[in-house]
Amino acid sequence: MKSRAAEDIIRIENLTFSYPAPEEGTESQTAVDDISLYIEEGSFVAVLGQNGSGKSTLIKTINALLSPSRGDVFVCGMNTKDEELVWEIRRSAGMVFQNPDNQLVSAIVEDDVAFGPENLGIPAPEIRERIDDAMKRTGIFGLRKKSPHMLSGGQKQRVAIAGVIAMRPKCILFDEATAMLDPRGRCEVMQIIRSLKKEGITVLLITHFMEEAAEADRIIVMEKGKIALSGTPEEIFGDPDSVKRLGLKLPPAVEMRELLRARGIDIPDSVLNMDGLARYLCGRAEPERDSSGV
Amino acid sequence: MLRDITLGQYYPKDSVIHRLDPRVKITAVLVYIVMLFLVRDFTGYGVSLLAVIAVTAASGVPFRFILRGMRPIAVIILLTFILNLFLYPGTILLSLGPLHITEQGLHQALFMVCRLVLLIFGTALLTYTTKPMKLTDGMESLMSPLSRFGFPSHEIAIIMSIALRFIPMLVQEADKIMKAQQARGADFESGNIVRRVKSLMPLFIPLFVGAFRIAQDLAMAMEARCYRGGSGRTRLHTMKLEKRDGAAILLLSAYAAVILAERVLSGMFF
Repeated sequence: MKSRAAEDIIRIENLTFSYPAPEEGTESQTAVDDISLYIEEGSFVAVLGQNGSGKSTLIKTINALLSPSRGDVFVCGMNTKDEELVWEIRRSAGMVFQNPDNQLVSAIVEDDVAFGPENLGIPAPEIRERIDDAMKRTGIFGLRKKSPHMLSGGQKQRVAIAGVIAMRPKCILFDEATAMLDPRGRCEVMQIIRSLKKEGITVLLITHFMEEAAEADRIIVMEKGKIALSGTPEEIFGDPDSVKRLGLKLPPAVEMRELLRARGIDIPDSVLNMDGLARYLCGRAEPERDSSGV
Repeated sequence: MLRDITLGQYYPKDSVIHRLDPRVKITAVLVYIVMLFLVRDFTGYGVSLLAVIAVTAASGVPFRFILRGMRPIAVIILLTFILNLFLYPGTILLSLGPLHITEQGLHQALFMVCRLVLLIFGTALLTYTTKPMKLTDGMESLMSPLSRFGFPSHEIAIIMSIALRFIPMLVQEADKIMKAQQARGADFESGNIVRRVKSLMPLFIPLFVGAFRIAQDLAMAMEARCYRGGSGRTRLHTMKLEKRDGAAILLLSAYAAVILAERVLSGMFF
Protein backbone atom coordinates (compact mmCIF):
# COMPACT_ATOMS: atom_id res chain seq x y z
CA MET A 1 0.00 0.00 0.00
CA LYS A 2 1.24 3.46 -0.78
CA SER A 3 2.11 5.56 2.24
CA ARG A 4 0.24 8.81 2.49
CA ALA A 5 1.22 12.18 3.82
CA ALA A 6 -0.75 13.97 6.52
CA GLU A 7 -2.43 16.33 4.03
CA ASP A 8 -5.12 13.72 3.46
CA ILE A 9 -8.09 14.98 5.41
CA ILE A 10 -9.81 11.61 5.38
CA ARG A 11 -7.89 8.35 5.61
CA ILE A 12 -9.82 5.12 5.37
CA GLU A 13 -7.67 2.05 5.95
CA ASN A 14 -8.89 -1.48 5.32
CA LEU A 15 -12.39 -0.53 6.42
CA THR A 16 -14.98 -3.28 6.72
CA PHE A 17 -18.46 -2.63 8.02
CA SER A 18 -21.09 -5.30 8.59
CA TYR A 19 -24.63 -4.68 9.73
CA PRO A 20 -25.55 -7.16 12.46
CA ALA A 21 -27.66 -10.14 11.40
CA PRO A 22 -31.34 -9.12 11.47
CA GLU A 23 -32.35 -12.47 13.01
CA GLU A 24 -30.53 -15.41 14.47
CA GLY A 25 -29.40 -17.89 11.89
CA THR A 26 -29.16 -15.29 9.10
CA GLU A 27 -25.92 -13.93 7.76
CA SER A 28 -24.68 -10.51 8.84
CA GLN A 29 -24.65 -8.08 5.93
CA THR A 30 -21.28 -6.78 4.83
CA ALA A 31 -21.96 -3.32 3.40
CA VAL A 32 -18.36 -2.14 3.04
CA ASP A 33 -15.69 -4.72 2.34
CA ASP A 34 -12.03 -3.94 3.04
CA ILE A 35 -11.84 -0.47 1.51
CA SER A 36 -8.86 1.85 1.65
CA LEU A 37 -9.37 5.40 0.49
CA TYR A 38 -7.49 8.66 0.93
CA ILE A 39 -9.09 12.02 0.35
CA GLU A 40 -6.94 15.08 -0.09
CA GLU A 41 -7.85 18.28 1.73
CA GLY A 42 -9.81 20.73 -0.42
CA SER A 43 -10.81 18.23 -3.06
CA PHE A 44 -14.27 17.46 -4.40
CA VAL A 45 -14.92 13.74 -4.58
CA ALA A 46 -18.07 12.15 -5.98
CA VAL A 47 -19.09 8.66 -4.91
CA LEU A 48 -21.23 6.71 -7.36
CA GLY A 49 -22.77 3.27 -7.24
CA GLN A 50 -26.07 1.47 -7.40
CA ASN A 51 -28.40 1.20 -4.41
CA GLY A 52 -26.93 -1.14 -1.81
CA SER A 53 -23.36 -0.71 -3.04
CA GLY A 54 -22.29 0.64 0.38
CA LYS A 55 -21.93 4.36 -0.43
CA SER A 56 -24.08 5.61 2.44
CA THR A 57 -22.48 3.22 4.92
CA LEU A 58 -19.04 4.40 3.87
CA ILE A 59 -19.91 8.06 4.35
CA LYS A 60 -21.54 7.41 7.74
CA THR A 61 -18.37 5.81 9.07
CA ILE A 62 -16.52 9.06 8.26
CA ASN A 63 -18.94 11.05 10.41
CA ALA A 64 -18.59 8.46 13.22
CA LEU A 65 -22.31 7.67 12.97
CA LEU A 66 -21.19 4.10 12.32
CA SER A 67 -18.11 2.55 13.86
CA PRO A 68 -15.93 0.26 11.69
CA SER A 69 -16.26 -3.51 12.19
CA ARG A 70 -12.63 -3.81 11.09
CA GLY A 71 -10.04 -1.29 9.95
CA ASP A 72 -9.78 2.41 10.79
CA VAL A 73 -11.14 5.74 9.62
CA PHE A 74 -9.21 8.93 10.35
CA VAL A 75 -10.64 12.43 9.95
CA CYS A 76 -8.03 15.20 10.25
CA GLY A 77 -5.83 12.60 11.91
CA MET A 78 -8.47 11.64 14.49
CA ASN A 79 -9.54 8.01 14.71
CA THR A 80 -13.34 7.71 14.64
CA LYS A 81 -13.12 4.82 17.12
CA ASP A 82 -11.92 7.20 19.83
CA GLU A 83 -15.10 8.10 21.68
CA GLU A 84 -13.63 11.27 23.15
CA LEU A 85 -12.99 12.64 19.67
CA VAL A 86 -16.45 11.85 18.25
CA TRP A 87 -17.79 15.40 18.66
CA GLU A 88 -14.69 17.02 17.22
CA ILE A 89 -14.87 14.62 14.26
CA ARG A 90 -18.54 15.43 13.66
CA ARG A 91 -17.75 19.13 13.85
CA SER A 92 -14.90 18.76 11.32
CA ALA A 93 -16.87 16.56 8.95
CA GLY A 94 -20.44 17.84 8.74
CA MET A 95 -23.15 15.87 7.03
CA VAL A 96 -26.15 16.75 4.86
CA PHE A 97 -28.75 14.01 4.46
CA GLN A 98 -31.09 13.00 1.68
CA ASN A 99 -34.49 14.00 3.04
CA PRO A 100 -34.66 17.78 3.48
CA ASP A 101 -37.66 17.50 5.83
CA ASN A 102 -36.26 14.98 8.26
CA GLN A 103 -33.06 16.78 9.21
CA LEU A 104 -34.29 20.22 10.27
CA VAL A 105 -34.87 20.47 14.00
CA SER A 106 -36.38 23.86 14.61
CA ALA A 107 -39.59 25.55 13.50
CA ILE A 108 -37.65 28.69 12.49
CA VAL A 109 -34.88 28.75 9.89
CA GLU A 110 -32.32 30.79 11.84
CA ASP A 111 -32.86 28.72 15.00
CA ASP A 112 -32.22 25.60 12.98
CA VAL A 113 -28.99 26.96 11.56
CA ALA A 114 -27.99 27.81 15.14
CA PHE A 115 -28.62 24.26 16.38
CA GLY A 116 -25.12 22.96 15.62
CA PRO A 117 -23.21 25.92 17.10
CA GLU A 118 -25.49 25.77 20.17
CA ASN A 119 -24.54 22.13 20.65
CA LEU A 120 -20.87 23.11 20.48
CA GLY A 121 -21.37 25.51 23.38
CA ILE A 122 -20.43 28.65 21.45
CA PRO A 123 -21.36 31.98 23.12
CA ALA A 124 -24.49 33.71 21.76
CA PRO A 125 -22.88 36.72 20.00
CA GLU A 126 -20.55 34.42 18.06
CA ILE A 127 -23.42 32.09 17.14
CA ARG A 128 -25.24 35.10 15.69
CA GLU A 129 -22.16 36.05 13.67
CA ARG A 130 -21.66 32.50 12.38
CA ILE A 131 -25.26 31.87 11.40
CA ASP A 132 -25.66 35.20 9.64
CA ASP A 133 -22.51 34.42 7.65
CA ALA A 134 -23.67 30.85 6.89
CA MET A 135 -27.12 32.02 5.80
CA LYS A 136 -25.66 34.70 3.53
CA ARG A 137 -23.29 32.20 1.92
CA THR A 138 -26.16 29.83 1.16
CA GLY A 139 -28.50 32.62 0.05
CA ILE A 140 -31.19 32.00 2.67
CA PHE A 141 -30.64 35.13 4.77
CA GLY A 142 -33.93 36.55 3.52
CA LEU A 143 -35.77 33.45 4.73
CA ARG A 144 -34.30 33.41 8.25
CA LYS A 145 -37.58 34.08 10.10
CA LYS A 146 -39.61 31.62 8.05
CA SER A 147 -40.78 28.19 9.08
CA PRO A 148 -39.11 25.29 7.19
CA HIS A 149 -42.42 23.79 6.09
CA MET A 150 -43.08 26.94 4.03
CA LEU A 151 -39.87 26.46 1.99
CA SER A 152 -39.14 24.52 -1.19
CA GLY A 153 -37.00 21.38 -1.13
CA GLY A 154 -33.96 23.21 -2.46
CA GLN A 155 -34.35 25.98 0.12
CA LYS A 156 -34.69 23.43 2.93
CA GLN A 157 -31.55 21.67 1.78
CA ARG A 158 -29.74 25.02 1.75
CA VAL A 159 -30.88 25.56 5.35
CA ALA A 160 -29.37 22.17 6.21
CA ILE A 161 -26.11 23.14 4.50
CA ALA A 162 -26.06 26.48 6.34
CA GLY A 163 -26.50 24.56 9.60
CA VAL A 164 -23.39 22.57 8.78
CA ILE A 165 -21.37 25.59 7.56
CA ALA A 166 -22.14 27.40 10.84
CA MET A 167 -20.16 24.68 12.63
CA ARG A 168 -17.10 25.69 10.54
CA PRO A 169 -16.26 22.22 9.23
CA LYS A 170 -13.24 21.28 7.13
CA CYS A 171 -15.21 18.75 5.16
CA ILE A 172 -18.88 18.32 4.23
CA LEU A 173 -20.40 14.96 3.38
CA PHE A 174 -23.49 14.98 1.17
CA ASP A 175 -25.46 11.75 1.44
CA GLU A 176 -27.59 11.86 -1.73
CA ALA A 177 -28.51 15.40 -0.75
CA THR A 178 -29.87 16.18 -4.23
CA ALA A 179 -31.86 12.96 -4.71
CA MET A 180 -35.21 14.34 -3.53
CA LEU A 181 -34.94 17.75 -5.17
CA ASP A 182 -36.37 19.13 -8.38
CA PRO A 183 -33.94 20.29 -11.08
CA ARG A 184 -33.93 23.84 -9.76
CA GLY A 185 -33.23 22.72 -6.19
CA ARG A 186 -30.41 20.48 -7.45
CA CYS A 187 -28.91 23.40 -9.30
CA GLU A 188 -29.02 25.55 -6.13
CA VAL A 189 -27.27 22.87 -4.08
CA MET A 190 -24.61 22.30 -6.76
CA GLN A 191 -23.87 26.02 -6.83
CA ILE A 192 -23.20 25.97 -3.09
CA ILE A 193 -20.99 22.90 -3.47
CA ARG A 194 -18.94 24.77 -6.08
CA SER A 195 -18.49 27.77 -3.80
CA LEU A 196 -17.57 25.51 -0.86
CA LYS A 197 -14.85 23.95 -2.97
CA LYS A 198 -13.55 27.41 -3.86
CA GLU A 199 -13.30 28.21 -0.15
CA GLY A 200 -11.14 25.14 0.32
CA ILE A 201 -13.71 22.92 2.04
CA THR A 202 -13.43 19.25 1.15
CA VAL A 203 -16.65 17.91 -0.38
CA LEU A 204 -17.71 14.30 -0.55
CA LEU A 205 -20.85 13.90 -2.64
CA ILE A 206 -22.87 10.73 -3.00
CA THR A 207 -25.12 11.09 -6.00
CA HIS A 208 -27.04 9.33 -8.72
CA PHE A 209 -26.69 12.25 -11.10
CA MET A 210 -23.76 11.82 -13.44
CA GLU A 211 -23.63 15.46 -14.48
CA GLU A 212 -22.98 16.34 -10.83
CA ALA A 213 -20.23 13.72 -10.59
CA ALA A 214 -18.64 15.05 -13.79
CA GLU A 215 -17.84 18.30 -11.93
CA ALA A 216 -15.80 16.50 -9.26
CA ASP A 217 -12.01 16.30 -9.06
CA ARG A 218 -12.25 12.61 -8.54
CA ILE A 219 -14.91 9.93 -8.92
CA ILE A 220 -15.17 6.73 -6.93
CA VAL A 221 -17.51 4.04 -8.18
CA MET A 222 -18.60 1.45 -5.65
CA GLU A 223 -19.99 -2.00 -6.22
CA LYS A 224 -20.92 -4.60 -3.61
CA GLY A 225 -18.98 -2.87 -0.86
CA LYS A 226 -15.78 -2.48 -2.85
CA ILE A 227 -14.27 0.31 -4.91
CA ALA A 228 -14.79 -0.74 -8.50
CA LEU A 229 -13.35 2.33 -10.23
CA SER A 230 -11.50 5.39 -9.08
CA GLY A 231 -10.15 8.27 -11.13
CA THR A 232 -10.76 11.69 -12.57
CA PRO A 233 -14.06 12.25 -14.43
CA GLU A 234 -12.06 12.20 -17.68
CA GLU A 235 -10.68 8.77 -16.87
CA ILE A 236 -13.95 7.32 -15.58
CA PHE A 237 -16.18 8.60 -18.39
CA GLY A 238 -13.40 7.98 -20.91
CA ASP A 239 -14.23 4.33 -20.47
CA PRO A 240 -18.02 4.25 -21.06
CA ASP A 241 -18.17 0.47 -21.20
CA SER A 242 -16.99 -0.10 -17.62
CA VAL A 243 -19.28 2.65 -16.38
CA LYS A 244 -22.26 0.97 -18.05
CA ARG A 245 -21.18 -2.46 -16.84
CA LEU A 246 -21.44 -1.14 -13.26
CA GLY A 247 -25.07 -0.25 -13.86
CA LEU A 248 -24.52 3.49 -14.17
CA LYS A 249 -25.50 5.90 -16.90
CA LEU A 250 -23.23 8.41 -18.58
CA PRO A 251 -23.71 12.15 -18.15
CA PRO A 252 -25.91 13.46 -21.00
CA ALA A 253 -22.98 15.35 -22.55
CA VAL A 254 -20.78 12.25 -22.50
CA GLU A 255 -23.60 10.20 -23.98
CA MET A 256 -23.80 12.74 -26.80
CA ARG A 257 -20.02 12.75 -27.16
CA GLU A 258 -20.02 8.98 -27.59
CA LEU A 259 -22.77 9.13 -30.21
CA LEU A 260 -20.82 11.78 -32.12
CA ARG A 261 -17.64 9.73 -31.83
CA ALA A 262 -19.45 6.74 -33.28
CA ARG A 263 -20.23 8.96 -36.26
CA GLY A 264 -16.56 9.70 -36.69
CA ILE A 265 -16.32 13.10 -34.99
CA ASP A 266 -13.29 13.13 -32.77
CA ILE A 267 -13.92 14.67 -29.34
CA PRO A 268 -11.40 14.47 -26.46
CA ASP A 269 -12.17 12.84 -23.08
CA SER A 270 -11.95 16.20 -21.33
CA VAL A 271 -15.35 17.21 -22.74
CA LEU A 272 -17.77 16.30 -19.91
CA ASN A 273 -20.60 18.82 -19.92
CA MET A 274 -22.98 20.38 -22.40
CA ASP A 275 -21.24 23.78 -22.29
CA GLY A 276 -17.89 22.15 -22.97
CA LEU A 277 -19.34 20.08 -25.78
CA ALA A 278 -20.97 23.09 -27.40
CA ARG A 279 -17.78 25.11 -27.07
CA TYR A 280 -15.68 22.32 -28.51
CA LEU A 281 -17.98 21.71 -31.45
CA CYS A 282 -18.20 25.43 -32.25
CA GLY A 283 -14.43 25.75 -31.88
CA ARG A 284 -13.96 22.81 -34.19
CA ALA A 285 -16.36 24.24 -36.72
CA GLU A 286 -14.52 27.56 -36.85
CA PRO A 287 -11.08 26.38 -38.07
CA GLU A 288 -12.75 24.00 -40.54
CA ARG A 289 -14.53 26.86 -42.21
CA ASP A 290 -11.25 28.78 -42.25
CA SER A 291 -9.36 25.91 -43.84
CA SER A 292 -12.05 25.46 -46.49
CA GLY A 293 -11.71 29.17 -47.27
CA VAL A 294 -7.98 28.89 -47.88
CA MET B 1 -59.34 19.94 5.18
CA LEU B 2 -56.73 19.07 7.81
CA ARG B 3 -54.79 22.21 7.08
CA ASP B 4 -57.37 24.32 8.88
CA ILE B 5 -56.15 23.01 12.23
CA THR B 6 -54.02 25.63 13.91
CA LEU B 7 -52.11 24.73 17.03
CA GLY B 8 -50.62 27.18 19.45
CA GLN B 9 -52.51 30.05 17.83
CA TYR B 10 -50.45 33.17 17.69
CA TYR B 11 -51.81 36.59 16.87
CA PRO B 12 -48.94 38.57 15.33
CA LYS B 13 -48.78 42.12 16.64
CA ASP B 14 -46.09 44.31 18.13
CA SER B 15 -47.62 45.24 21.48
CA VAL B 16 -46.14 45.61 24.97
CA ILE B 17 -47.70 42.31 25.95
CA HIS B 18 -46.18 40.57 22.92
CA ARG B 19 -42.76 41.93 23.81
CA LEU B 20 -42.86 40.86 27.47
CA ASP B 21 -40.39 38.19 28.53
CA PRO B 22 -42.06 34.78 28.06
CA ARG B 23 -40.99 33.78 31.56
CA VAL B 24 -42.91 36.71 33.03
CA LYS B 25 -45.96 35.86 30.97
CA ILE B 26 -45.91 32.19 31.97
CA THR B 27 -45.51 33.11 35.64
CA ALA B 28 -48.33 35.63 35.35
CA VAL B 29 -50.68 33.01 33.91
CA LEU B 30 -49.74 30.52 36.63
CA VAL B 31 -50.39 33.12 39.37
CA TYR B 32 -53.64 34.10 37.65
CA ILE B 33 -54.83 30.47 37.59
CA VAL B 34 -54.03 30.00 41.28
CA MET B 35 -55.88 33.24 42.08
CA LEU B 36 -58.96 32.08 40.17
CA PHE B 37 -59.12 29.02 42.39
CA LEU B 38 -58.71 31.13 45.53
CA VAL B 39 -61.54 33.49 44.64
CA ARG B 40 -64.65 32.86 46.75
CA ASP B 41 -67.22 35.26 45.33
CA PHE B 42 -68.14 37.19 42.22
CA THR B 43 -66.27 40.31 43.31
CA GLY B 44 -62.98 38.44 42.85
CA TYR B 45 -64.07 37.34 39.38
CA GLY B 46 -65.04 40.90 38.59
CA VAL B 47 -61.53 42.07 39.46
CA SER B 48 -60.01 39.23 37.42
CA LEU B 49 -62.23 40.01 34.45
CA LEU B 50 -61.20 43.66 34.55
CA ALA B 51 -57.57 42.56 34.70
CA VAL B 52 -57.75 40.29 31.64
CA ILE B 53 -59.76 42.86 29.71
CA ALA B 54 -57.07 45.44 30.45
CA VAL B 55 -54.33 43.04 29.32
CA THR B 56 -56.27 42.12 26.16
CA ALA B 57 -56.75 45.79 25.32
CA ALA B 58 -53.03 46.38 25.79
CA SER B 59 -52.16 43.37 23.61
CA GLY B 60 -54.23 44.55 20.66
CA VAL B 61 -55.72 41.09 20.15
CA PRO B 62 -59.36 41.64 19.10
CA PHE B 63 -61.94 40.32 21.58
CA ARG B 64 -63.88 38.52 18.88
CA PHE B 65 -60.71 36.60 18.07
CA ILE B 66 -60.57 35.33 21.65
CA LEU B 67 -64.30 34.58 21.73
CA ARG B 68 -63.97 32.60 18.50
CA GLY B 69 -61.23 30.58 20.15
CA MET B 70 -63.62 29.69 22.96
CA ARG B 71 -66.23 28.22 20.65
CA PRO B 72 -64.84 24.64 20.66
CA ILE B 73 -65.09 24.42 24.44
CA ALA B 74 -68.58 25.95 24.62
CA VAL B 75 -69.94 22.40 25.07
CA ILE B 76 -67.80 21.85 28.15
CA ILE B 77 -68.91 25.16 29.60
CA LEU B 78 -72.55 24.34 28.95
CA LEU B 79 -72.19 20.88 30.47
CA THR B 80 -70.56 22.32 33.58
CA PHE B 81 -73.41 24.78 33.91
CA ILE B 82 -76.15 22.14 33.54
CA LEU B 83 -74.57 19.57 35.84
CA ASN B 84 -73.98 22.12 38.58
CA LEU B 85 -77.44 23.59 38.10
CA PHE B 86 -79.32 20.33 38.59
CA LEU B 87 -77.11 18.27 40.86
CA TYR B 88 -76.32 20.68 43.70
CA PRO B 89 -78.32 20.10 46.89
CA GLY B 90 -79.98 23.02 48.71
CA THR B 91 -83.15 25.14 48.82
CA ILE B 92 -85.31 24.25 45.86
CA LEU B 93 -86.14 27.13 43.54
CA LEU B 94 -87.80 25.25 40.70
CA SER B 95 -88.72 21.61 40.08
CA LEU B 96 -88.90 20.05 36.62
CA GLY B 97 -90.17 16.53 37.30
CA PRO B 98 -87.35 14.61 38.96
CA LEU B 99 -84.89 17.49 38.45
CA HIS B 100 -84.54 20.32 40.92
CA ILE B 101 -82.86 23.65 40.52
CA THR B 102 -81.62 24.91 43.85
CA GLU B 103 -80.58 28.37 44.89
CA GLN B 104 -77.10 27.11 45.76
CA GLY B 105 -77.01 25.14 42.49
CA LEU B 106 -77.71 28.24 40.44
CA HIS B 107 -75.03 30.13 42.35
CA GLN B 108 -72.56 27.28 41.94
CA ALA B 109 -73.32 26.88 38.22
CA LEU B 110 -72.73 30.56 37.49
CA PHE B 111 -69.63 30.50 39.68
CA MET B 112 -68.08 27.54 37.84
CA VAL B 113 -68.89 29.00 34.42
CA CYS B 114 -67.20 32.26 35.41
CA ARG B 115 -64.14 30.37 36.59
CA LEU B 116 -63.91 28.30 33.38
CA VAL B 117 -64.40 31.25 31.05
CA LEU B 118 -61.80 33.33 32.89
CA LEU B 119 -59.35 30.41 32.93
CA ILE B 120 -59.58 29.94 29.19
CA PHE B 121 -59.57 33.66 28.51
CA GLY B 122 -56.31 34.13 30.43
CA THR B 123 -54.45 31.12 29.09
CA ALA B 124 -55.56 31.85 25.53
CA LEU B 125 -54.04 35.32 25.89
CA LEU B 126 -50.68 33.68 26.61
CA THR B 127 -50.68 31.67 23.38
CA TYR B 128 -52.11 34.56 21.35
CA THR B 129 -49.33 36.90 22.40
CA THR B 130 -46.35 34.51 22.63
CA LYS B 131 -44.70 32.63 19.78
CA PRO B 132 -44.59 28.88 20.47
CA MET B 133 -40.79 28.89 20.25
CA LYS B 134 -40.56 31.63 22.88
CA LEU B 135 -43.00 29.73 25.03
CA THR B 136 -40.80 26.64 25.02
CA ASP B 137 -37.69 28.75 25.66
CA GLY B 138 -39.44 30.39 28.60
CA MET B 139 -40.61 27.07 30.00
CA GLU B 140 -37.13 25.57 29.71
CA SER B 141 -35.65 28.53 31.53
CA LEU B 142 -38.30 28.42 34.28
CA MET B 143 -37.91 24.68 34.74
CA SER B 144 -34.11 24.68 34.67
CA PRO B 145 -33.64 25.02 38.46
CA LEU B 146 -35.52 21.71 38.75
CA SER B 147 -32.96 19.88 36.61
CA ARG B 148 -30.67 19.88 39.63
CA PHE B 149 -33.08 17.37 41.17
CA GLY B 150 -33.03 15.19 38.07
CA PHE B 151 -36.05 16.80 36.39
CA PRO B 152 -35.63 16.54 32.58
CA SER B 153 -36.31 20.21 31.83
CA HIS B 154 -34.10 20.42 28.72
CA GLU B 155 -35.51 17.18 27.31
CA ILE B 156 -39.09 18.40 27.79
CA ALA B 157 -38.25 21.68 26.05
CA ILE B 158 -36.57 19.99 23.08
CA ILE B 159 -39.48 17.55 22.73
CA MET B 160 -41.88 20.48 22.65
CA SER B 161 -39.88 22.40 20.05
CA ILE B 162 -39.49 19.32 17.82
CA ALA B 163 -43.23 18.73 18.10
CA LEU B 164 -43.79 22.32 16.96
CA ARG B 165 -41.55 21.71 13.96
CA PHE B 166 -43.17 18.42 12.94
CA ILE B 167 -46.89 18.97 13.61
CA PRO B 168 -47.39 20.92 10.33
CA MET B 169 -45.36 18.26 8.53
CA LEU B 170 -47.44 15.39 9.91
CA VAL B 171 -50.60 17.30 9.01
CA GLN B 172 -49.34 17.64 5.42
CA GLU B 173 -48.41 13.95 5.44
CA ALA B 174 -51.88 12.96 6.67
CA ASP B 175 -53.43 15.11 3.96
CA LYS B 176 -51.30 13.38 1.33
CA ILE B 177 -52.16 9.87 2.57
CA MET B 178 -55.85 10.76 2.69
CA LYS B 179 -55.81 12.05 -0.88
CA ALA B 180 -53.90 8.96 -2.05
CA GLN B 181 -56.47 6.72 -0.40
CA GLN B 182 -59.40 8.76 -1.68
CA ALA B 183 -57.95 8.42 -5.16
CA ARG B 184 -58.21 4.69 -4.69
CA GLY B 185 -61.81 4.90 -3.54
CA ALA B 186 -61.53 5.31 0.23
CA ASP B 187 -64.49 7.07 1.78
CA PHE B 188 -63.85 9.21 4.86
CA GLU B 189 -67.01 11.26 4.84
CA SER B 190 -70.11 9.07 4.83
CA GLY B 191 -71.60 6.61 7.29
CA ASN B 192 -72.15 6.83 11.02
CA ILE B 193 -69.48 7.78 13.50
CA VAL B 194 -68.25 4.20 14.06
CA ARG B 195 -67.84 3.69 10.35
CA ARG B 196 -66.00 6.97 9.95
CA VAL B 197 -63.60 6.24 12.78
CA LYS B 198 -62.98 2.80 11.28
CA SER B 199 -62.23 4.32 7.90
CA LEU B 200 -59.55 6.46 9.54
CA MET B 201 -57.54 3.42 10.66
CA PRO B 202 -55.82 2.94 7.29
CA LEU B 203 -54.84 6.61 7.58
CA PHE B 204 -53.28 6.34 11.03
CA ILE B 205 -51.14 3.28 10.36
CA PRO B 206 -49.05 4.78 7.51
CA LEU B 207 -48.94 8.05 9.46
CA PHE B 208 -47.43 6.32 12.49
CA VAL B 209 -44.98 4.35 10.37
CA GLY B 210 -43.97 7.63 8.72
CA ALA B 211 -43.55 9.31 12.09
CA PHE B 212 -41.18 6.59 13.27
CA ARG B 213 -39.13 6.89 10.09
CA ILE B 214 -38.89 10.65 10.58
CA ALA B 215 -37.85 10.14 14.22
CA GLN B 216 -35.05 7.81 13.16
CA ASP B 217 -33.77 10.17 10.46
CA LEU B 218 -34.01 13.17 12.74
CA ALA B 219 -32.16 11.45 15.59
CA MET B 220 -29.30 10.67 13.22
CA ALA B 221 -29.24 14.21 11.82
CA MET B 222 -29.19 15.66 15.35
CA GLU B 223 -26.31 13.40 16.34
CA ALA B 224 -24.41 14.35 13.19
CA ARG B 225 -24.78 17.97 14.31
CA CYS B 226 -23.16 17.20 17.66
CA TYR B 227 -26.33 17.11 19.75
CA ARG B 228 -25.56 15.47 23.09
CA GLY B 229 -28.25 16.67 25.48
CA GLY B 230 -28.61 19.89 27.40
CA SER B 231 -25.31 20.09 29.26
CA GLY B 232 -22.68 22.36 27.74
CA ARG B 233 -25.21 23.72 25.28
CA THR B 234 -25.53 27.47 24.67
CA ARG B 235 -28.50 29.29 23.19
CA LEU B 236 -28.78 31.80 20.36
CA HIS B 237 -31.60 33.64 22.06
CA THR B 238 -30.73 34.71 25.56
CA MET B 239 -33.56 36.14 27.59
CA LYS B 240 -33.10 39.36 29.51
CA LEU B 241 -35.58 41.08 31.81
CA GLU B 242 -36.42 44.62 30.72
CA LYS B 243 -38.07 47.52 32.52
CA ARG B 244 -41.46 46.59 31.10
CA ASP B 245 -41.06 43.12 32.63
CA GLY B 246 -40.49 44.74 36.04
CA ALA B 247 -43.63 46.81 35.57
CA ALA B 248 -45.58 43.69 34.62
CA ILE B 249 -44.39 41.89 37.74
CA LEU B 250 -45.49 44.87 39.87
CA LEU B 251 -48.95 44.90 38.28
CA LEU B 252 -49.22 41.14 38.73
CA SER B 253 -48.35 41.47 42.42
CA ALA B 254 -50.96 44.21 42.79
CA TYR B 255 -53.58 41.96 41.21
CA ALA B 256 -52.66 39.03 43.48
CA ALA B 257 -52.74 41.33 46.52
CA VAL B 258 -56.23 42.58 45.66
CA ILE B 259 -57.57 39.04 45.21
CA LEU B 260 -56.00 37.83 48.45
CA ALA B 261 -57.19 40.87 50.39
CA GLU B 262 -60.68 40.44 49.02
CA ARG B 263 -60.64 36.79 50.05
CA VAL B 264 -59.59 37.64 53.61
CA LEU B 265 -62.07 40.51 53.94
CA SER B 266 -65.02 38.55 52.56
CA GLY B 267 -64.11 35.74 54.95
CA MET B 268 -64.59 38.19 57.80
CA PHE B 269 -68.11 39.09 56.74
CA PHE B 270 -69.38 35.56 56.11
